[in-house]
Amino acid sequence: MRDLTNEILELIRRTSSSLPPDVEKRLRESFEKEQPGSSARGAFETILKNIEISRANSTPICQDTGTPIFYVHYPVGLSTIKLKGQIRSALAEATKRSYMRPNAVDAIYDKNTGNNLGGDDFPYVHFEEVEGDDLTIELMLKGGGCENVGRQYSLPDNSIGAGRDLAGVRKVVLDAVHKAQGQGCAPGILGVSIGGDRGSSYIKSKEVLFSEMGTRNADPKIAELEERLTSEANEMGIGPMGFGGATTILDTKIVGLSRLPASYFVSVSYMCWAYRRRKMTVKGEEVIYD
Amino acid sequence: MKQITTPITDDVIRDLKVGDAVALSGMLVTGRDAVHKWMIETFIKKTREPQGDDLQVYEELKKLLNGSVIYHCGPVVSGLDTKEYKFVAAGPTTSIREEPYQADVMKHFNLKGVIGKGGMGAKTLKGCEETPAVYFHAIGGAASYIAQTVTKVHGVFKLDFGVPEAIWVIEVKEFPVVVTMDSHGGSQHAVIEASSKKILEDLLAR
Repeated sequence: MRDLTNEILELIRRTSSSLPPDVEKRLRESFEKEQPGSSARGAFETILKNIEISRANSTPICQDTGTPIFYVHYPVGLSTIKLKGQIRSALAEATKRSYMRPNAVDAIYDKNTGNNLGGDDFPYVHFEEVEGDDLTIELMLKGGGCENVGRQYSLPDNSIGAGRDLAGVRKVVLDAVHKAQGQGCAPGILGVSIGGDRGSSYIKSKEVLFSEMGTRNADPKIAELEERLTSEANEMGIGPMGFGGATTILDTKIVGLSRLPASYFVSVSYMCWAYRRRKMTVKGEEVIYD
Repeated sequence: MKQITTPITDDVIRDLKVGDAVALSGMLVTGRDAVHKWMIETFIKKTREPQGDDLQVYEELKKLLNGSVIYHCGPVVSGLDTKEYKFVAAGPTTSIREEPYQADVMKHFNLKGVIGKGGMGAKTLKGCEETPAVYFHAIGGAASYIAQTVTKVHGVFKLDFGVPEAIWVIEVKEFPVVVTMDSHGGSQHAVIEASSKKILEDLLAR
C-alpha cells in the first residue's frame, strides 16, 4: 500500500486554511442581510476578509485548529493500522508547519504534547470499510469554543416543557441556541441527533456536519423541522458573535437514531462559522481533493 | 473608528461606550485559562507558593500590564525552533471561562481592558466599572487577519504552559475590536441575552 502521508498533509493544509465554497457562499449571503454600519455587518466583513487572507497565505482560518476528526472510508484489504500511522505523521508535520496549533493537552497532567498527538484518541479517526476500490478521507476541524456550547438533553425535560416527540426536540434545540449566545462563534451550524445512547448520539450529531450546507434530511417531516429551526433560531436576533443581528444559525442538520425504550436523547453539536471540512479521494494513483 | 494606543489612561476608558469600534495599537500581553488560574492562585489569593521563575515573571508582568490590555488568545506561532517568533494565526478565545478570575486580575494589575470574544458576566462588568476598564470584542475565528496586525513578538513567558497557553508579549497595529462592555455598566451581551430570552419564551409557548 502506498504512503499517503504527504497527500494527507495537503488535506490538513486545505482544511485549516481554505473554507469550503458552500460555507463561504452562505456567509456572503448573510453579510448582505445585516444593516449597514452595524457591528454585525462589521463582523461579517472581518470574517470574509479573513477567509481570503487565510486561503492566500495557507494560514489557519482560526488559531483554534480544533479537534481533528477524520472519517476514513477504505476499500477491502487496506491496512487501517498503516493509514492511522500516516494520518498521525501528517498531523505532526502539519503542526510543525503551522497549519495546525499544538492542541493535545494531557488532561491529568496539563501538559501539551506539542505535536497534536495525544494518545490513541487524539486525533479522532473513524474507519469504515466500504465496497469498491476508492479510498476517501474526510477531515473536520472543530474548535473548542463551539464544542463547549454543545448540549445533550434527556427528554422529557420539564424545565422547558419538552416532551418525547419532535415538538420537544424543537424546544431543546432552540434552548441550546439561546444558551450558546455568541460564544460558539455565531453564526453557527447545528448538528442534531435524536436517539442513540449518550455516546453514539453525540458522535452522530458531529457526523451529520460532514454533509454540505443546505443538505436536507430525506424524511420531509425532518427536513421541515431543519428549516424551521434555522428560521426560528434566527428570530432570536443573537447575531454574529452575539452582537445582535439577522443571522445566528446558517443551517440545521438532523439525524435520527434508534433509541432504547427508556432513553430519548437529543444532542446538539454547534459548529462555528469557521466550518472547516474537506475531503480527499484516492482513485488508483490519482488523488482528488474537493 | 477610534484609534487607541496602549498604555491607556482612565479618561480614554471612561469615554468609551458600548458599540464603539476601536483600532488598538501598542504592546499587549496574551493570557488565557492557565495564566488566569496561575495569577490568582500564586499572586492574588496566594493559595499556591511561587515556583521556578514565577516571581521574576510577576515583576515583568506588573510593568507590562499596568495601563495595558490582556488578550484572551492561544495563537499559532512559527519560529519555535529558532525563537524568531511570528504570529501566524491569532484570533480571540472564548472569554467567559475567565469570569471567576477576570475582575480580580484587572484590579490587581490595573488593566485597562480585556480583548476576547463572547463577552463576560456581571462580576467582570463590575470590575470594568471599578478599575476602570472595558471589554474589547475581537472577531472570533478571524485569526489570519488579526495575526497580520501583530507587528512584533517581543517575547514569551511560561512557554511550559504550552504554546496556546503561554504569555506572549506582542506589539499590535490597528487591531480591530468593538467595545461590548464599558466602564459605565453597559453590556451588549446582557442586552442581547435578555432580548433573545424573551423571544425564546414566545417561541417555546407556540
